[in-house]
Amino acid sequence: MTIANPPVQKIEVDLNDRRWKLVRLTMEKHKFSRRALIETLHVIQDKFGYIDTDAIAYVAQELKIPLSKVYGVVTFYNDFTSKPAGEHTLMLCTGTACYVKGNDKIVEYMKEKYGLEPNQTTPDNKLSFLTARCVGACGLAPVMILDGQVMGKMTVEEMKAKIEEWIDHE
Amino acid sequence: MNETTLQEIIEKERQEMAKYAHIIHVCAGTGCISSSSPLIIAALEKEIKERGLQDSVMVKQVGCMGLCAEGPIVSIKPDGILYKTVTPDDVPEILDSLGGEPVERLKIDTTQPFFTRQVKVTLAHSGSINPEKINDYIAQGGYQAEVKALTSMTPQEVIDEIKRSGLRGRGGGGFTTGQKWQMVHDAPGDTKYVICNADEGDPGAFMDRSILESDPHGVIEGMAIAAYAVGASYGYIYVRAEYPLAIKRLRLAIRQAEKNGFLGDNIAGTGKSFNIELRLGAGAFVCGEETALISSIEGERGTPRTRPPYPSVSGLLGYPTLINNVETLANVAHILRKGGDWFASIGTEKSKGTKVFALTGKIGNTGLIEVPMGITLREIIFDTGGGIPGGHRFKAVQTGGPSGGCIPESLLDTPVDYETLNQLGSIMGSGGMIVIDETSSILEVAKYFIEFSVDESCGKCLPCRIGNVQILNLLNKIIDRKGTMEDLDKLEELCEMVASTSLCGLGKAAPNPVLSSLKYFRDEFLERIAESGPAIPVEMPAKDSVRVNK
Repeated sequence: MTIANPPVQKIEVDLNDRRWKLVRLTMEKHKFSRRALIETLHVIQDKFGYIDTDAIAYVAQELKIPLSKVYGVVTFYNDFTSKPAGEHTLMLCTGTACYVKGNDKIVEYMKEKYGLEPNQTTPDNKLSFLTARCVGACGLAPVMILDGQVMGKMTVEEMKAKIEEWIDHE
Repeated sequence: MNETTLQEIIEKERQEMAKYAHIIHVCAGTGCISSSSPLIIAALEKEIKERGLQDSVMVKQVGCMGLCAEGPIVSIKPDGILYKTVTPDDVPEILDSLGGEPVERLKIDTTQPFFTRQVKVTLAHSGSINPEKINDYIAQGGYQAEVKALTSMTPQEVIDEIKRSGLRGRGGGGFTTGQKWQMVHDAPGDTKYVICNADEGDPGAFMDRSILESDPHGVIEGMAIAAYAVGASYGYIYVRAEYPLAIKRLRLAIRQAEKNGFLGDNIAGTGKSFNIELRLGAGAFVCGEETALISSIEGERGTPRTRPPYPSVSGLLGYPTLINNVETLANVAHILRKGGDWFASIGTEKSKGTKVFALTGKIGNTGLIEVPMGITLREIIFDTGGGIPGGHRFKAVQTGGPSGGCIPESLLDTPVDYETLNQLGSIMGSGGMIVIDETSSILEVAKYFIEFSVDESCGKCLPCRIGNVQILNLLNKIIDRKGTMEDLDKLEELCEMVASTSLCGLGKAAPNPVLSSLKYFRDEFLERIAESGPAIPVEMPAKDSVRVNK
C-alpha cells in the first residue's frame, strides 16, 4: 500500500451514507479523542470490509492524529485490512489444536490446488483464503469456517472434499 | 439494590422454577452452537408446545458443560442426566423419556473420571445458569459478594480477604492477586482504573472465552469488587474481537448490571460508582501483555513499555491501574462469599484454589476442565482427559502456548502448580494444554510456535524481532536435514540470548518451546542432524521466513 503526501485539501466523506454516519457517530461518542482511533477503525473495517487510504486520511484529519500514526495503527493490527476481501471467504483455524489435527495439510492443499497462500484472494476476487490463530473452538478441531459457517471434527480428506464441493457450488 | 432485594429475587426465582418438573439445559457455548445447539432449543420449544408441556417442562440455554468435543450437550434437571451429540431429531425421544428411563444411546456416563475428578469453583455457574439472564445469576447467590463488600467491608478488609485466599494471577504470571490490589490501593491519586484482560491469545486456549460466555456476571462482579478495593471508578474489559458471542453476552450483562444498580453511580446506596466499557482487540497477540494492552486501549499500536513503572503505579493514561485476567476476576466473588480460608484449603502450599484448563489435541475428552492445583499431569491427561485415542502413544503435553514448553512422559507425575511447571522449563500459562502423540514431530511443534512468535512479534525490541527469525531459520535448517552440531549450539545460544534480552514477557518466553524441546527431546534434533549430508556453506535466510507486511 502506498500513501500519498499529507493532503492539503480537507477530505470530505458522504455523510448521507449510513456507514460514514456510523463512523462519525463513533468519533463523536468519544468526543474526537485520539483514543477513539481503534474504535473508529473497527467501525470502518466492519462496515466497509477494509480501510483504504482515503479512510485513513479522513480519520487522521478528524481525530487530529498524524497520517503516519493512523497508518501505523492500521498496519499493526491483523484485523484491519487495506484491501477488500473476496466474495467468499474460507477461514482456516491454525491454532495448535487444529494444527496437530491436520490443518497444516489444508494450508498446503490450498496452495497446490488453488494457488492461494494464507491471506490471499483469487484474481477474479471470488475467494479469499484466510487463517486465524485460534477461534477458540478447539473442542471441534480441526476447524474451518466457510462464509461464516463453522465446520469441525473432519478428517483431512473430508475437509478437502468439502472445500472442493463448496468452491464448485458457490 | 441491597441484601433484602437480592433475597426477594432469589425467592421469586425459586418459586418460578419450582413449578417445572423438568428443566432441560442446552449448551449455548461457541462449540455447541457451531454444532447446531440453537436448532435443538427451537425443536424442544416447538415440541413442548405441541405436547402442551409448557407448564411442567422448561428449556434453558446455559453455558459450557465441558465436554466440547461431544457437543451439543443437553442435560436434564433435576435428574442429572447428560446427553451428547444430540440432534433435533432426538427431541421427541428425549421428551418421551422424561421421568422414565433415559435415552441410553445418547447418555454420557457421569461417573467417569472426567466428571468426578473435577472441582468447580470458577466454573460453578457454567452450564447451570442462563448467561443472558441476570436473575439466574442472582438466584445462585450472584452479586451478594459485591453488596456485602460495598456495604459492610472496608477496601482494606476486601484486600485482606483476597490475600488470605492466596489467589494468584491466572493469566500466566502467577503474581499474588492480593498484593497487586494492595499496590494499586496504596498508589496515590484519586483516578484509578481496573482492566480485565480478556485478550486470550494463546492458540489452543479457550478458558476465558468460555467463562465470559457462560458466566459474564461473575467477571463483572469480580471487577466491581476489585474497583471498590483499589478505589477505581472506571474499568475496561479488553476482549478479543474473535469472540463475538462473549462480546455479545458481556454487552448484555453490563447493561443488565447497570439497570439493576450493580454498576453505575451510587451502587447499593453507598455513593460509590463504577462503570465498565468494552474495548475490542484487533488481532494482535502481543496485546495480552499488560503494558501493550494499555497502549492499545489508548488507541496506539500495541507495543509493550519498559517496566518499572508498573501499571499499578503508572498505567492507563499514567494513572494507577489494576490489570487482572478473566479467570482471576471470576474467582473473586466466590472468595468473598465463602471466605479466603475456604479457597486456601484447596490446592498446594504455594498455589491455591483450582485452575481451568482447555484440554485439546490428541486426547479422548477434548474440552474444558477445572481441577485443584497440585493434581498431576498424568491424572489430568489419563484420568480426566481419558488418555490418547486411536491406540497411539503419548509423546508430550504442551502447556503455556507460545510462552510454554513440551513436557515428556517421564515428568507426568509432576504436580501442577506455578513453581513446578516453571522448573520444568514450561509455564502454567493461561491454561491451554495440548496433548501430542507419537505421530507428531516435536521439531514441527517447536517450529509452529516460533513461527507464531515471528508473526506476532510487535517489532519494538530487536532480540525478539530478529532473534526469533534466526531461531526459525536454524530450526528449518535442522528439520530439512541440513543442520550441523554447530547449528544446534548456535540455536541454543540464540534462544538464551532472546530469553535474557527481550523487552517484554512474551519475547522473553518465546524461545521456551525450543529450549524445552532441546531439553527433553534432544534425540529428535540429533537424529535429524545425523541424517544430514556433509556440512554446506552458510545459507542465506529463506525468503519466506521473513515477515512480509501486508
